[in-house]
Amino acid sequence: MGRLHFSAPDPYHAFITRIPDAEYGEGRLSGEAVAVKDNISTRGIPTTCGSRILEGYIPPYDAHVVELLKADGAAIVGKTNMDEFGMGTTTENSAFGPTLNPADTGRVPGGSSGGSAAAVASGMVRMALGTDTGGSIRCPSAFCGIVGMKPTYGRISRYGLVAYANSLEQIGPMARNVSDISLLMEILTAHDPRDSTSINCPYCHKPDPDIHGLKIGVPEEYFGEGVDARVASTVWEAISLLERRGAEIITCRMPSMTYALAAYYVTCTSEASSNLARFDGVRYGPPAEPKKQWHDSFQERRREGFGKEVRRRIMLGTFALSSGYYGKYYAKAQTARQNVRNDFHRLFCEVDVLAGPTMPTIAFLLGEKSDPLSMYLSDILTVPANLAGVPAISVPCGTVDGMPAGLQIMGRWCGDEQVIDVAYAYEQGVSA
Amino acid sequence: MISERDVKHIAELADIGISGEELDEFTVQFNDILDYFDILDQVEAEATKETDLYNVFREDVVTPSLPQEEVLCNAGEKEDGFFRAPRVM
Amino acid sequence: MSPASLHKTAGKIPDPDIPSEEDEVIIGLEVHCQLDTRTKLFCGCSTDYRDDDPNTHVCPICMGLPGSLPRVNKKAVEYALKVAKALNCRVLEESEFSRKNYFYPDLDKGFQITQYDKPLAVEGVLEIEGDEGDKKVRITRVHMEEDPGRLVHKGGTDRPKYTLVDYNRAGIPLIEMVTEPDLRSPKEARRFLNKLRATLEYLAVFDSEKEGSLRVDANISIQPKGWFEKHGKGLEERGRVEIKNISSYKGVEKALTFEITRQKNLIRRKQKLESTTRHFVETRGITTSSRSKEMEQDYRYFPEPDLKPLRVCEWCDHIELPELPDARRARFMDQYGCSPNHARTLTGDLRLAVFYEKVADVDNQLAATWVADTLLGELNYRDISIVDMSPSHFIELLELLREDVITDKSGVEVLRFILDQLKEGCTCEAPSACVTRLNLAKAGDEGLDAVINEVIGEQPQAVEDYRCGRKEALNFLVGQVMRKTRGRVDPGDVNRRLREMLPKGGT
Repeated sequence: MGRLHFSAPDPYHAFITRIPDAEYGEGRLSGEAVAVKDNISTRGIPTTCGSRILEGYIPPYDAHVVELLKADGAAIVGKTNMDEFGMGTTTENSAFGPTLNPADTGRVPGGSSGGSAAAVASGMVRMALGTDTGGSIRCPSAFCGIVGMKPTYGRISRYGLVAYANSLEQIGPMARNVSDISLLMEILTAHDPRDSTSINCPYCHKPDPDIHGLKIGVPEEYFGEGVDARVASTVWEAISLLERRGAEIITCRMPSMTYALAAYYVTCTSEASSNLARFDGVRYGPPAEPKKQWHDSFQERRREGFGKEVRRRIMLGTFALSSGYYGKYYAKAQTARQNVRNDFHRLFCEVDVLAGPTMPTIAFLLGEKSDPLSMYLSDILTVPANLAGVPAISVPCGTVDGMPAGLQIMGRWCGDEQVIDVAYAYEQGVSA
Repeated sequence: MISERDVKHIAELADIGISGEELDEFTVQFNDILDYFDILDQVEAEATKETDLYNVFREDVVTPSLPQEEVLCNAGEKEDGFFRAPRVM
Repeated sequence: MSPASLHKTAGKIPDPDIPSEEDEVIIGLEVHCQLDTRTKLFCGCSTDYRDDDPNTHVCPICMGLPGSLPRVNKKAVEYALKVAKALNCRVLEESEFSRKNYFYPDLDKGFQITQYDKPLAVEGVLEIEGDEGDKKVRITRVHMEEDPGRLVHKGGTDRPKYTLVDYNRAGIPLIEMVTEPDLRSPKEARRFLNKLRATLEYLAVFDSEKEGSLRVDANISIQPKGWFEKHGKGLEERGRVEIKNISSYKGVEKALTFEITRQKNLIRRKQKLESTTRHFVETRGITTSSRSKEMEQDYRYFPEPDLKPLRVCEWCDHIELPELPDARRARFMDQYGCSPNHARTLTGDLRLAVFYEKVADVDNQLAATWVADTLLGELNYRDISIVDMSPSHFIELLELLREDVITDKSGVEVLRFILDQLKEGCTCEAPSACVTRLNLAKAGDEGLDAVINEVIGEQPQAVEDYRCGRKEALNFLVGQVMRKTRGRVDPGDVNRRLREMLPKGGT
């Protein structure tokens, strides 16, 4: 139907690839500029996952979600920057340089969907797609001050999403308001039999701000030691607003939080170690050195093509799955994961949604987090939703030192509609 | 407690190259991380097991394959319709 | 052995705890067969790739493009369940797919989707003709997995070596059947494979004529007689050798036979045998040490997160199996009066059994003899499949034999002629036309009498010998008549007529 001229400057380095004149058609997103995270396959458009090992790779097919966006008229204007293969909390792990936080260019935008968050927060695009494995949509949304949602596992097809941790990750919408999130949910949840783990549960809902009588659980663990006091108090204020709008606030406990992060990192690194084994340069990506013997060539390609964090996680995952250690790590992690699911299940018998901060702090300074373990620990509040597969949203709820903080709402399995309602209620409450 | 030799062995098992410097760095980091993972030792299984999806199938109906050029289009090295890979022997 | 030494050992029972002179061979097999579905195991690419260019039966899923996801082929599961049921297995209540992780250019995802912790079925049994009577071979497990791609090794002489890869075969559904180490000889291994092949073909889930559709890994060790049974495992110093990727039935027997000789030599020299992997070189009939570090591989199996588990017990209960080889064999003996041997031969191959039933009505016994004892041999010799033999032509041939129009010898001549024509791709002449043209019809009695008189006239000495009671002379004379009639007469008829016509002796 037309072509969108997309030439806004990109001072935050939100994009890896830009399409200056993207085609668009008719539909609910007709003519809208939508950015897509660079780990989602786009036919004819380079897809790098923020990694050198996929430099030059052009998928011959579109991800299911891209097909849906196009079918509703969207203009795919570019592929956004990300931590390499989704591994990171700051987008500093991109092989193509970091993205900057539009709220403060000396700080990280969060990760791994930092590019998508910056593109939306800066106003370059109205909406973007991100992916969330352990908080990779919600973290940058909180750090940049936008809305980002991780849907119930299986509600949005993963067909075309370059796998990092299959059992944990989901594609999700990022925008500046909850209504746009809701619109994207309507468009993206069309069932796809090509994903055997997907459920047939299309989202068809208009956000409803009436939360009278709603029970909101607040887990103690979400306001524990590691959470910055000012972030905690900002989020409490947001929760109080929800109470003033008619919700009942109930404190509760989630004992499985003790080992949720360990379970998450064992699971995601294990799956990643397997998912990333295919990048040998034979079928795509820069080719392996042909004059060497296979294994030497393969090793060299991986050393050159993968950044440190990726190689670290592949090795951790290899170790966790290896003979003699499988029982101690991978098997135990799955048990822990089931316990996390049980905790949510139990809590949702008493309350309707859970609320707390999205991240324990505001956005870090660029280069601040150099130690891997301390980086991993900042995911503590976001990983439980991925482990359990439940929906979770981050909505901006004020600032600390001028930097955005995020309120996280988590719901029961397939309770995305209710999660969006609560976020909408907050958003409406703030603007009222 | 894992040693540099253990880390080297893992790198071989994973067929992933790391430099000598990285070996030192990774050994320290892995020990920290694996110490943290030890918390999983305390995990006990609880009773509930949810019924998940199962028997997700596809019918045995032929769908079009990619044309050969598209299959090969991202390959750096090819020959006569084949992919070229480093020798395995 | 002298009678004295025989007497000495007669009362002695070998102590199995002491490695004795009497060894036995312990063999187990891992058989991979391609399931004959229309599409691959996890994607809709056609499985009919053999005559096509490389990389033309490939899609994002089977080439493992980033972001692609597998989808389980329902028909493949159905076929695998049929096999599990036919092998009398117990189907697991919940089975799942797992990833087997290793790095090789033919494995485009860097892992193979297979089944590990929770296979489709376990604890089955297949009855075969053992070396010492019927025996039950236990099937440890039956599971599904995908085939990797195909490698072509190039270079080495004029240019540096490299490898070409074709992913047409990647993703083809395989069924893997693993036996307990219950086989005791290469012959038993071959019989097991034949029975397994026949069973899979009867189920219509496998086509053995497709090249590369079957691959076998064989493990073998030589143990003191009774040791394995008693201890559940072998002596450490005898080791256990795994011969990987044998691609023909005959190859399995040859590889195992070679291994037995090789291992026995080492044992005789009191050398310790390592547990290793070996490779069978088809062209030379030998096994060689494998350079790959197969035994040290850590495949880091874990459940495939992109696929959901299978709960197929109930489905399996409702599956109806077709008539299987053993049942068909019993029916052939019952319905057609076939001898046990003929029944076994005829039902040992589905196509042969089907062919027999098409031609049996002419005369059950005659058909059985001619199909099993003659036709089969002639087909094998020329490497022709029985599906190329016209049943109506064969029926005509049988009728000519039944009506005594031609002798057995002539029958063979006609058959060979027809098969030679088949081999050359010419249109086949009908048997009766063939008989007429080659003048193979049996000579009538007058014709025979004429020839006999000729021979009597030409061989007076032999006639005289016969008259004196020398029976060998009669055979000689029969031979002379046969030579003159070029096999158009039945030797039995010649014998009878000669005795009638020859002058009798006094004694």
